[in-house]
Amino acid sequence: MDFDLSDEQRAIQTLCREFARDEVKPRAEEMDRDAAFPYDLVKMMADLGLMGLPFPEKYGGAGADTVSYALAVMEIARADASTGITLAAHVSLGATPFYLFGTEAQKEKYLVPLARGEMLWGFGLTEPQAGSDAGGTRTRADLRDGAWTINGTKAFITNSGTDITGGTTITAVTGTDAKGRSEISNFIVPQATPGFTRAKKYRKMGWRASDTRELSFADAAIPEDHLLGERGKGLKQFLTILDGGRISVAALSVGLAMGAYDEALQYAKDRHQFGQPISKFQAIQFKLADMLMEIEHAKLMVLKAAWEKDNKRPYEMTASLAKLYSGEVSRRVVNEAVQIHGGYGFMDEYPVSRMYRDQKINEIGEGTNEVQRLVIARLMGL
Amino acid sequence: MKILVTVKLVPDTTADKRIDPATKQLVRSGVETVLNPFDEYAIEAGLQLKEKIGGDTTVTIVTMAPESGKEIVRKALAMGADDAIMISDPKAEGSDVWGTAYALAQAIKKNGFDLVLCGTQSTDSITGELPGALAEFLGVPGITHARKLEVEGTTVRAERETDNGYAKVTADLPLLVSVTKSMNTPRYPALKGIMGAKKKTIAIASLADSGVDKPVGHEGARTELIDLVSPPTRGKGEVFQAADAVAGATKIIEFLRERKLV
Repeated sequence: MDFDLSDEQRAIQTLCREFARDEVKPRAEEMDRDAAFPYDLVKMMADLGLMGLPFPEKYGGAGADTVSYALAVMEIARADASTGITLAAHVSLGATPFYLFGTEAQKEKYLVPLARGEMLWGFGLTEPQAGSDAGGTRTRADLRDGAWTINGTKAFITNSGTDITGGTTITAVTGTDAKGRSEISNFIVPQATPGFTRAKKYRKMGWRASDTRELSFADAAIPEDHLLGERGKGLKQFLTILDGGRISVAALSVGLAMGAYDEALQYAKDRHQFGQPISKFQAIQFKLADMLMEIEHAKLMVLKAAWEKDNKRPYEMTASLAKLYSGEVSRRVVNEAVQIHGGYGFMDEYPVSRMYRDQKINEIGEGTNEVQRLVIARLMGL
Repeated sequence: MKILVTVKLVPDTTADKRIDPATKQLVRSGVETVLNPFDEYAIEAGLQLKEKIGGDTTVTIVTMAPESGKEIVRKALAMGADDAIMISDPKAEGSDVWGTAYALAQAIKKNGFDLVLCGTQSTDSITGELPGALAEFLGVPGITHARKLEVEGTTVRAERETDNGYAKVTADLPLLVSVTKSMNTPRYPALKGIMGAKKKTIAIASLADSGVDKPVGHEGARTELIDLVSPPTRGKGEVFQAADAVAGATKIIEFLRERKLV
């Protein structure tokens, strides 16, 4: 067994750590306050090669592995969860569907600019009435005169409405199968499609600097070849996408927890009460020890899932366990980080206040804790 | 044009450092090794020159360090340097500035060079003497503390930082220039560079193979470290309690006046 990162993985981790510390962290508070999407940081991440990190070079990517990708997301989210989700959603949900299911022509047209970070892309699965019941999609796509006409609504779609978004991949019902169940397919919907509109950005509790919108389709017609992958394979495809996505959202949770721990540790050393730093009190030491223990545990699970994926092993179980556990760890860690800060932790000028708000979505997005337990139970064969 | 950039591997600048009272050496275990941050400006300067001049211009990293430092050197390659030369030899341990400069000079001469770039100092020993010593051993002019650097043909124009301004100087290649922080902002090693760096060569050589014909290391050291002490811990500051801002400010002014600070 070997727990050492490769030289390359370590170099990527160091790069992301330094970039996040020097460029992202100083901006996090302001971005959160103004709910301002960080176009310049996205440009910098693109120039560094992060936006296409795990894709092969021939598609504009950097050709790095999943472990490196998880480490990158951790380090960016450690400084700012909004920037972390912008990166993670772009890679795992925006670009990956093209990589996994796109034709060579679609890869050339969409994956290459996405991997280079010249363009962002959304992934539209959730609907106002289809959340955990993702198969309950109501959005329809009908093939008429050589074009798919789409009608419906998608909710909570990340990166879907920025100035550099090229479009969104959505799931839609294309008919019913022999057993009367919805047949679901994936579609590539470019931003300029008539009838496709994006609402204003949601006002959110956390991840405020990320771009999240509701999308509407009213007789939005796209060419027939804008089908992604095979017709009727939509459900299977997005489940595959979500399997891989769990590694990155788990990394996001671990990163946030690491960031909160960093803040709490520093604060505990700086803050004096009763004539000594509060880090000298056992009550605080125990909190910090528990935080570190849980972060380390969650991190190992995330990296194991990434390693399994890189080594072509089944990784669904570990990724699900990691996603669920990391989300819950991030809650306990940010909670204690605020507690260690006392009253100051409730003030917006301290990062832990933002982290506390940013955390909750980790237990909801890309599969709630409850759905995650269901997924795990099914993988157990129950 | 052959550009060589000297780098040093130093303990992480952000880590807490301790001195072993017995050996009078920095305790290195548990402290990560990094590229001397000052050298990153020299690397960046070299890369910018390469991009500007183009052609067959190469940037080669030169260092003297244990072989375990190879992966740190690779960061410089990930930033865009073409290859690296590493003098790794147990007999180099304990080299002072004279020994280090002498050994680096031999390796540089052996490799051939048009321009040698250095950082102004290292973050660990901070002597700032190496660039001058190295220029001397190489037998070339040394322009130290340059904040601006241009190369046209074989003519080098630079601005040297001085205590109260800067001096414009010019010289012909070959020569050595040490680069200050105000010259540039070192780039991050992009992923493409990181992925490409593993294919680049880091040539590791002993002192003898580098052409070092005099003893360096502990044996050849011309200086002796007599003592190494931690800076005294700062005493507790004085805390004034005042009823209001004016009273507080008055007390602070009195305090500063007493010490002739205002």
